[in-house]
Amino acid sequence: MNFEVSTEPAHGSQDWFRVGRLSDISVQGARVALLPQGRVAIFRTQSGEIFAIEDECPHRQGPLSEGLVHEYSVTCPLHGWRFDLRTGEAAFPDKACVKSYEVRIDGDFIFVALGPNRFK
Amino acid sequence: MRERLVVIGNGMAGIRVVEEILKRDSHRYEILIFGSEQEPAYDRIMLSSVLSGEKRMDEIIIHSLDWYEQNGIRLVTGREAVSLERKSKIVHTDDGGRIPYDKLILATGANAVFLNVPGKNLHGVLVYRSHLDVQEMIAISRQKKRAVVIGGGLLGLEAAHGLVKQGMDVTVVHIFDTLMDRQLDFVSGKMLKQALEDRGIKFLMPKTTKSLVSDETGWVRAVRFQDGTEIEAELMVVTVGILPRIDLALRSGLNCQRGIVVDDYMGTSDPAILAVGECVEHRGATYGLVAPLYEMARTCAEVLTEVPGKDVTDSRRLQQSHALQPYKVTPYKGSTTSAKLKVVGVDMFSAGKHTGDPWTEDIIIQDHFLGIYKKLVVRENRIVGIVLYGDTEDATWYFQMLKESRDISDIRDRVIFGRAIVNSKSDQTPGLSAALTNEMEVCGCNGVCKGAIVQAIQSLRLTSLEEVRAHTKASASCGSCTPLVKDILLSTLGPGSEISPTREGICACTQASAEDIREAIRAQHLLTIEAVMTALSWKSPEGCSTCRPALNYYLLSEFSGEYRDHFRSRFVNERLHANIQKDGTYSVVPRMWGGLTSPSELRAIADVADKYGIPTVKVTGGQRIDLLGVKKEDLPGVWRDLNAAGMVSGHAYGKALRTVKTCVGSEWCRFGVQDSTTMGVRLEKMTWGTWTPHKVKLAASGCPRNCAEATIKDLGVVAVDSGWEIHVGGNGGMKVRVADLLCKVKTQEEVLEYTGAFLQLYRKEAHYLERTAHWIERVGIAFVKEKLIQDPEGRKCLYREFLESQESSQVDPWAALSASRADLKEFVTFNMLEAEA
Repeated sequence: MNFEVSTEPAHGSQDWFRVGRLSDISVQGARVALLPQGRVAIFRTQSGEIFAIEDECPHRQGPLSEGLVHEYSVTCPLHGWRFDLRTGEAAFPDKACVKSYEVRIDGDFIFVALGPNRFK
Repeated sequence: MRERLVVIGNGMAGIRVVEEILKRDSHRYEILIFGSEQEPAYDRIMLSSVLSGEKRMDEIIIHSLDWYEQNGIRLVTGREAVSLERKSKIVHTDDGGRIPYDKLILATGANAVFLNVPGKNLHGVLVYRSHLDVQEMIAISRQKKRAVVIGGGLLGLEAAHGLVKQGMDVTVVHIFDTLMDRQLDFVSGKMLKQALEDRGIKFLMPKTTKSLVSDETGWVRAVRFQDGTEIEAELMVVTVGILPRIDLALRSGLNCQRGIVVDDYMGTSDPAILAVGECVEHRGATYGLVAPLYEMARTCAEVLTEVPGKDVTDSRRLQQSHALQPYKVTPYKGSTTSAKLKVVGVDMFSAGKHTGDPWTEDIIIQDHFLGIYKKLVVRENRIVGIVLYGDTEDATWYFQMLKESRDISDIRDRVIFGRAIVNSKSDQTPGLSAALTNEMEVCGCNGVCKGAIVQAIQSLRLTSLEEVRAHTKASASCGSCTPLVKDILLSTLGPGSEISPTREGICACTQASAEDIREAIRAQHLLTIEAVMTALSWKSPEGCSTCRPALNYYLLSEFSGEYRDHFRSRFVNERLHANIQKDGTYSVVPRMWGGLTSPSELRAIADVADKYGIPTVKVTGGQRIDLLGVKKEDLPGVWRDLNAAGMVSGHAYGKALRTVKTCVGSEWCRFGVQDSTTMGVRLEKMTWGTWTPHKVKLAASGCPRNCAEATIKDLGVVAVDSGWEIHVGGNGGMKVRVADLLCKVKTQEEVLEYTGAFLQLYRKEAHYLERTAHWIERVGIAFVKEKLIQDPEGRKCLYREFLESQESSQVDPWAALSASRADLKEFVTFNMLEAEA
């Protein structure tokens, strides 16, 4: 894949990827990072918290990063499925789940954990 | 110096007039209000809820004392106006005070009628009128057990219900054998009596009270009737009617009959004095309900704010000068009233003539088992009376037809079955869902078949439309299959079942309806989404994807120049000014005014398609070119290049004006009678960029052959020899609806005026996501005609408002966005940005 990501020293057994700056995501907005796992949507909530989930709705593959953010939810722009940013789980009555990733903030930088020691 | 306006009466009418005046011209008057009760104004209609314990007194206050202060209004309580010195325009108060006025409004309301029988002055005998009466009733209910309510009308039954809720043993005594005899007929009255008996209220009727019996302390002990019988009573509430309070007006020599006589401009016999509310008599009628009072208040406020420096309260002069100078005053022409009982779980509605006469016919459905009774009283194929019991879902619809005096001959055979059946007749007959197989699709939007709905209802025990929507998504999108889904729900649940009522709020975050929201935004001048949510007690702090775009729109349409758009509450199409497609790419449609284009524009479009590798180029249904399959990160480049070729867009994907379709008209066509292309271009140039409740499509045809298909557009104009026909409310989408003919006009300028006015009315009145077709079906074309045709001044005013709001909204977002580098960051993915840096 033709993109660059910088890998920071491992914290515990996680690989942390520096994906961008906090100040580049507006409140209730999202940005997409292209990572080895695919497109990851990084959200900033009204409360200022950052969450990262897979950018693809399991229903018809809508880009969740373009959805409307309200509290800890995002609503898919294609057909209105709603996901919890904290867990990746779809809201009742839909049954589905997108991957969610751990996030760490260091200064103005956002780091996303992509699972245990994937490349080691 | 400002003119002095004195309002006598701090009740619902007085306050409403003041609100209406402030809304129109908050600086015109120095206002002073007399209130006989000690408190700020409260919602008297809600007293029943206070008595039954469903609401607290502070929840029914209309305005706190702060409101009076903030608006610079002096509220005088505890002093009463005793007479008027009309020549020198002075109000005399009971403590010898003299208060001068320039204009005076009498809103003195009404008094409860008292029973004129021996013993009426005993302790424990009350009327039901003010909050003090309610407080006293509640206090007595804590100590005494047995209550008797005299009067089986609306108020009496609400009082009885409240007292039962307070734990009392309540008997209602009524002089006739039908409860609410002013609103109900014998059958529905009997059903109501049964329902109230089930709720613990006892009845004695017909019975006429003869006297009240005292105990040794002077407290009421029993009620004695004319037939010699007696009933024990420790609390007696008299609710036998109200009488307009006219003593002050009478004493001051104003023309009074049953009430203070007013004309259609709320003027009394004194040009400086107006009167509104329960105290007035208008065209021989007096009113004791709230709706007429609001209508009167509006007219009154219009009269008082319209023409500065003129004594317009002299209505004769007003009427004479009407022809010369058009005033914006809508005369009050009387009200058709309706009644609903505010007792939880009892659905009843009544309006107009509830009993027939030799010139009327009744259409009736009656089912004691289901507890349903519906009666329409019809004269010459027009509804003149409505009585609904047990199922009031169609009350507004029937009432609208009654008020409009609509001819029902075309729907007479099924009108009694309700709106759903009447409206669905063309594609469904009642109970059609029975004829559907389980595999057949019910909801086209979400691809749900009948079997899936039935299964969900059975396995999850669903009982409301809301639940069916949540679990199956059927009827959750456009709603055109709602009657069918309801029918499936009902037939799956089996005979005799009931559908749980649907919540009223616009989404799960709120109980507020679209009307509540608009009202709050207007009345409290709310300028942010959060402020609306706070004012209406939203359940979730940030709302959801349903309410946020709606609130954003309501705020935008109310205060177009002043409100700051909330970008994050917009759907992706409006945020990115492009149309999201199924694979997450976008499509872009450059604007071509009236469908016209040029070789250089076409070249630019072709170049853009080549440069960005756009896979599909297609002509849309609205005669524009659609570039499909644009990647998000290419959008700014695509805009920039199209912009450079002089093309704008941005609103072609939003809840906004999409396109104006045209034919070639008289310029080229051998049949064309008018220049429809120029008409279309002018329409599009005027209307692009406006935000509307839903997408809006226009069309202009050059002759009655109607090649632009103008009669299935939100607004279409069709040329005829003598000018243009304007059609509104058409829809070629989900469910085809042929537009209603609004009017015929002569010139292009008139077409523009009607179009602007129509769109402005739609922007102000329709619910968010309601197409013009659905809106007109809800409010009726007569409403639109009333606003745009019967009221030329109102139409001009709407047109002006439309043009004004266009000044701030005709901004090309392509140009704006591609000029600002900061906002463009959003379009690139994170790592590409890093690589660039």
